[in-house]
Amino acid sequence: MLKQRPFLIETLTAIGLIVAPFVLPHLGFAPNTVNRILVWGLFGLGFDILFGFTGLLSFGQSAFYGTGGFVAAYLLTRTGFSNVLGALVIGMIAAAATGYLIGLIALRRTGIYFAMITVAIAEVFFFVEFNPLSDFTGGENGLPGVPTPSFNLGFTTIHFTNGWSLYQFIALCYFVGVIIALRIVRSPVGAIFSAIRDNPLRATAVGHNIHGYKLTAFVIAAAYAGFAGGLLGVLQAFMPPDAFTFDTSGQLVMQTAIGGRGTLFGPLVGATVWLFLQDFLQSALGLGAAWKLVLGVVFVLLVCFLRGGIVGGLVDLYSLMSGKRARKAAETEEAEVEAPQQAPPAPMRAKEVEHPAYSGPILKATGLTKRYGGLVANSDIDFSVNQGELRGIIGPNGAGKSTFFKMLTCEIAPTSGQIVFEGRDITGLKVTEVCQLGLTKSYQVNQLFTGLTVRQNLTIAALAELRGKFRLDLFRKLSDVKGLTEQVEHTLALVNLSRRADTPVSELAYGEKRRLEIGLALATSPRLLLLDEPLAGMSPRERVETVKLLKSIARGRTMIIIDHDMDSLFELVERVTVLQEGRVLVSGTPEEIKTNAAVQEAYLGGVHGEIAA
Amino acid sequence: MISWPNLVSQLFNGLALGALLALISSGLTIIYGTLGVLNLAHGAMFMIGGYAGFVAYQYTESFILAVIAGSLFVMLLGVVMERVIIRHFYHRPHEDQLLVTFGLGICFVELVRLIFSSQSQLVPPPALFQGITNLGFMFYPTYRLAVVGIVAVALGALFIILYRTRLGMIVRAGIEDSVMVDSLGINVYRVFMVVFGIGAMAAGFAGIVNAPVVSLTPGIGDDILVQTFVVVVIGGVGSFPGAILGGLIAGEIISVTSMFNPGYAYVMLFAAMTLVLVVRPHGLLGTKGRE
Repeated sequence: MLKQRPFLIETLTAIGLIVAPFVLPHLGFAPNTVNRILVWGLFGLGFDILFGFTGLLSFGQSAFYGTGGFVAAYLLTRTGFSNVLGALVIGMIAAAATGYLIGLIALRRTGIYFAMITVAIAEVFFFVEFNPLSDFTGGENGLPGVPTPSFNLGFTTIHFTNGWSLYQFIALCYFVGVIIALRIVRSPVGAIFSAIRDNPLRATAVGHNIHGYKLTAFVIAAAYAGFAGGLLGVLQAFMPPDAFTFDTSGQLVMQTAIGGRGTLFGPLVGATVWLFLQDFLQSALGLGAAWKLVLGVVFVLLVCFLRGGIVGGLVDLYSLMSGKRARKAAETEEAEVEAPQQAPPAPMRAKEVEHPAYSGPILKATGLTKRYGGLVANSDIDFSVNQGELRGIIGPNGAGKSTFFKMLTCEIAPTSGQIVFEGRDITGLKVTEVCQLGLTKSYQVNQLFTGLTVRQNLTIAALAELRGKFRLDLFRKLSDVKGLTEQVEHTLALVNLSRRADTPVSELAYGEKRRLEIGLALATSPRLLLLDEPLAGMSPRERVETVKLLKSIARGRTMIIIDHDMDSLFELVERVTVLQEGRVLVSGTPEEIKTNAAVQEAYLGGVHGEIAA
Repeated sequence: MISWPNLVSQLFNGLALGALLALISSGLTIIYGTLGVLNLAHGAMFMIGGYAGFVAYQYTESFILAVIAGSLFVMLLGVVMERVIIRHFYHRPHEDQLLVTFGLGICFVELVRLIFSSQSQLVPPPALFQGITNLGFMFYPTYRLAVVGIVAVALGALFIILYRTRLGMIVRAGIEDSVMVDSLGINVYRVFMVVFGIGAMAAGFAGIVNAPVVSLTPGIGDDILVQTFVVVVIGGVGSFPGAILGGLIAGEIISVTSMFNPGYAYVMLFAAMTLVLVVRPHGLLGTKGRE
């Protein structure tokens, strides 16, 4: 939705902001109301990046709104600092710095913990403003006398005073805010934000440092809040202490949800609805204090029935009317027709080896043990895989195969033992770092970014390979990332999903999802790829296809595969390791394993013994 | 400024506040632990308990009846809320659950404001506990002492329900793994309804018991909600003992800091929460992975 013609949204925003002073007065909007809507809209741009795009619902944004507002107002009213824009920027920086420190604490936990901590933080700031810092903030009197901006251009001085004159300044600020926000959400960082919202676990596993990116989103939101807070003071010629109240945070959350989260313009629409209804209900209908109850009910109904808010609803309506749905259906049918046999795509290059001189086994685990309380899932496993080898792992259910894989990829830490990857001890590293080194796995249960399209999924995985685990290229276009398109298209072709590239993951068939699961691991260009039951749940025909796929990706890389489908596995791999009750039972070629009595006993549960007795 | 009687009386205040917070937080934490829903309307439940009790007191002039009516009304409200709205949100993301309970909280507060106006209302303490008590070394309001006792009894009752009854066993099992409980043939959704009712009742009961100490206003639950969050973060989400320990710690921090400077009470509370988050991210008595 956000990637149509270039600059379309920017142009429409500019037109809207220019036309507004000519249209809105006829609809009964006072200039002051419009200015307040814009301040809320700007405040909400940052919040939407945090909540709508990254999925972090903070109830503490008033802390940064107030911080930015009071720093700017203090500079302008108490210190003789007269550059309004300069003060707003300093306020913004102060808010961003505060956001960084608070983020370090609040982001230690996720989900509801995060929400609770942000509520507590906002409340602390409110009390600090009123008591310990009341000498600076004026306590409950606030800071009166905030000047309006004026710019000396040499030949003339432009002074934005109030009403529509001040509107020009605020609208310009909002426009710049929109452009920056659009750049951010279209950048690689923006793509990773949505990955974090969708599936933080997988975003970590494909090699992104999601804590860093969450903190980034938090700081961005704080910066927007700080600037908007400063504008509030300028707008009212007075910095009100209630900027710090919990109600401010709550109103922002409600406006964003009413307008539509993840749309950038939702908060603006929500603020318009909010301020309009407040005015309308109070004066026109004479409801007095009951206006907030009506808004509360509207809000609850919207959350229940229209999750995307007003903007989301309009977008759905638009795509319904323009027949996008019909086209999509046709596309699906087309995809179901057997794909004509194309030349198989070239095998995909694995990540460059950092130290090509190393020639020992690519992976060597010694004495690997994992205990859960009294339960020993893995016990003293010695395991070694050579460069370029294709290894299978089999074992009855509960043999500890998946636990073993989780330890190899550092998702869980072993109780004891050591893992060496390409001569480097990786025991105790994080899953993100290990993936960046070139070792990753595809999951037994699909871990996809279900809200995104197939292409976006693979983009996120490829970005980790091309950009490293953390990089702040906030203003770079996604299409400017070198090699990204090639990497994504190549992976799409390999896993045979090119035709489905722009389909949302939620609409894929199971077999397609399974292939995408492998594609996500593959797009990070691993040198050692672990596959946890890649064939599970597939139809016989899909199995044949997937075995072909696995063979083609095995060229130039090392793979370890767990599966229960022994016919397929034995056809694929060169050596097989059998696990039983957390130990290595035996290792050998497929032929040796097929005829091994101990393996047969492990699978058939000692039937031989009973028969003999 | 700091004298021994002053300090001791603040410690008592902290105990009373802490006990109250412990009870409210227990309600929040068992709801979250079992249903996985953080009820942002929990502060409003506390407030409504006070107002429902206030109405009952107006009609009956009996404090005991007011407590019973307030608690039952909030329990009923909780059950209705769960049946009509919350149950549709079990399979929606956490953010949606937060949004809808937050919105409901606002609706409750504004509804009460509409009916009773923003003016504060008073519920006098029962005749038995009026006046002040001589503790030998200092004088202390009798009702505040009684609050500690009443809340302790309520917490004891909650403990018995949770740890000595079949329902409690199911609830505790549900906190560990509600999917497993469901597959064992227990109708988890009915249990959810009951838990929501009990959790709400804990807040409502606290609301009416606390009413004679403070005066009632529609916004009274907002501060309590924030304090409850801190309690739960300190004690550990989903842990009943954690809620009690966290409640007492938070109550004492607020009271003792207020003795020096009330403005710093929240700062100290927040500092304590931060310390816990750094040292024990899962709370003092919380277990890993319950999130």
